[in-house]
Amino acid sequence: MAATKEQIKTLEDKARRMRIDILKTLAGCGSGHTGGSLSATDIVAALYFYKMKYDPNKPQWKDRDSFILSKGHAAPLLYTALAHAGFFEHTELCTLRKLGSRLQGHPDSKYLPGIEISTGSLGQGLSVANGIALAHKLDKSPSRVYALLGDGELQEGQIWEAAMTAAHYKLDNLCALVDNNGLQIDGPVAKVMGVEPITDKWRAFGWEVFDISGHNMAEITAALDRAETVKGKPTMIVCRTVKGKGSSVFEGKVEFHGTTPSKEELEIALKELAEAKC
Amino acid sequence: MTQKVATRDAYGDALVNLGKKRDDVVVLDADLSGSTKTAKFAKVFPERFFNIGIAEQDMMGTAAGLAIAGKLPFVSTFAVFATGRAWEQIRQSICYPNMNVKVVASHAGVTVGEDGGSHQSVEDIAVMRVIPNMTVIVPADGVETQQAIDAVAEYKGPCYVRVGRNKTPVLFNADYQFKIGKAHVFHEGKDAAIIATGIMVAEALVARDMLKAEGIDAGVINMSTIKPLDTGAVLSAAKRCGAIVTAEEHSIIGGLGGAVAETLAESTPVPLVRIGVKDTFGTSGDSDGLLKHYGLSAGDIAAAVKEVIKKKR
Repeated sequence: MAATKEQIKTLEDKARRMRIDILKTLAGCGSGHTGGSLSATDIVAALYFYKMKYDPNKPQWKDRDSFILSKGHAAPLLYTALAHAGFFEHTELCTLRKLGSRLQGHPDSKYLPGIEISTGSLGQGLSVANGIALAHKLDKSPSRVYALLGDGELQEGQIWEAAMTAAHYKLDNLCALVDNNGLQIDGPVAKVMGVEPITDKWRAFGWEVFDISGHNMAEITAALDRAETVKGKPTMIVCRTVKGKGSSVFEGKVEFHGTTPSKEELEIALKELAEAKC
Repeated sequence: MTQKVATRDAYGDALVNLGKKRDDVVVLDADLSGSTKTAKFAKVFPERFFNIGIAEQDMMGTAAGLAIAGKLPFVSTFAVFATGRAWEQIRQSICYPNMNVKVVASHAGVTVGEDGGSHQSVEDIAVMRVIPNMTVIVPADGVETQQAIDAVAEYKGPCYVRVGRNKTPVLFNADYQFKIGKAHVFHEGKDAAIIATGIMVAEALVARDMLKAEGIDAGVINMSTIKPLDTGAVLSAAKRCGAIVTAEEHSIIGGLGGAVAETLAESTPVPLVRIGVKDTFGTSGDSDGLLKHYGLSAGDIAAAVKEVIKKKR
């Protein structure tokens, strides 16, 4: 059941190529969230190209697995994943944030097939994921629901309301992941409003919790596999990540939360990502 | 003696009927199911009822998720919590993505009574009306409530339906046909038209009788859909009567009175007097006493009609 070495290698290369597309898209657009898109790239690559079942030709396919990007500002990452998955042409990525584009600044389900729900205002995605998971339970559907949260987002009270609901209704068809990159707009999460100990909090709320590196594809795929075996409670995968992962230009730099690379910065980053090809 | 039914009771019955007809109906409540009457549905369809606890924000998002997966969620709690505590969740997770979620809020207005101002919603119509994609309905009686619930179930998109706590007169026969966005004209009138919504429709009908005894012919229009507003009904009443009184158990700011004022000002400016809560919070008391205290009784409406007639040129 575990991912093979070959699969891991393919996924790593997929994530590398997604990072290149994310950066080109953001640099071309001139505004958007770089750091939090790059920190979660490996996680989203594993979801879309290892774990989830979906049909890009039938986005509303009843038996699909669902992905909710609760940290909606990582929209460039989601758009890149959807383009790679075949929901739309890669060429559309360059329309990001432009007037008339389906690729809104934050994901908008009204326009773009493959997006389950519009997000952007933080703290709301886990509740939505719960609702889908409840419906699957009612329908006795084997489909699963995934939600990606930011660590700063855990400061929102609604997250903890949703944490209670998921445990109360024993939503073992739900797997949430935290992109724990440790930085938010105003600075380190620990300084702005501490959220640790994250794993203890989710355990106390009745969740199965895995604590992994969010950049180790073997760990990510193994955790996603294990989550499917958990019965009677939801799973939280706390992914320890580096904000801006993939290039020395952005890694660990809070200023790249909501800004995009200059032409020169893009060149350096693309060079580093090209060299990272194994 | 007129039959009296609380619109929240009619809502609970309508949900049960709807649940029998449609498997996709699910109901969510935030620990107030006994009061909102969703408990009636929960009793018949326990597997399709989700108590989310005292967590209104989470409840709205959960409803959106259920809608994504093809369910038809009805979400209930008191109006003040549904539209106040969870306003942004209604905006972001329900209206912005245009989700097929029905928010039916009870205990609206000052007639909540003894619980006091913290629980008396006088802003909900205004804050729901302003959100794009939202339809806003305030039924006038039990019959209209049942029909409105069936209508919003058929309609695809977010809806807000406001129901009340107390028993109020039944105004419609079973053959009445509610339509979203369509006003019901009880009396056309000649001297002035009262455009009322919710429990104030019954008060308006009493006011009409009071005025009739004094030789004044006041029209009465039930504006049960606040958004989209039946502007045709507003404008034809303005042209016919030349003066309008609005009546709502809600702030005079942003609700029915606001919507009618906007419509009149842009095309047919005629004298207008708004009956409603005058930019103040509610307070504890018995509901009849509160209606008088806030100037929402039939007598107040009748006085407003006389006032607005004097403003006619």
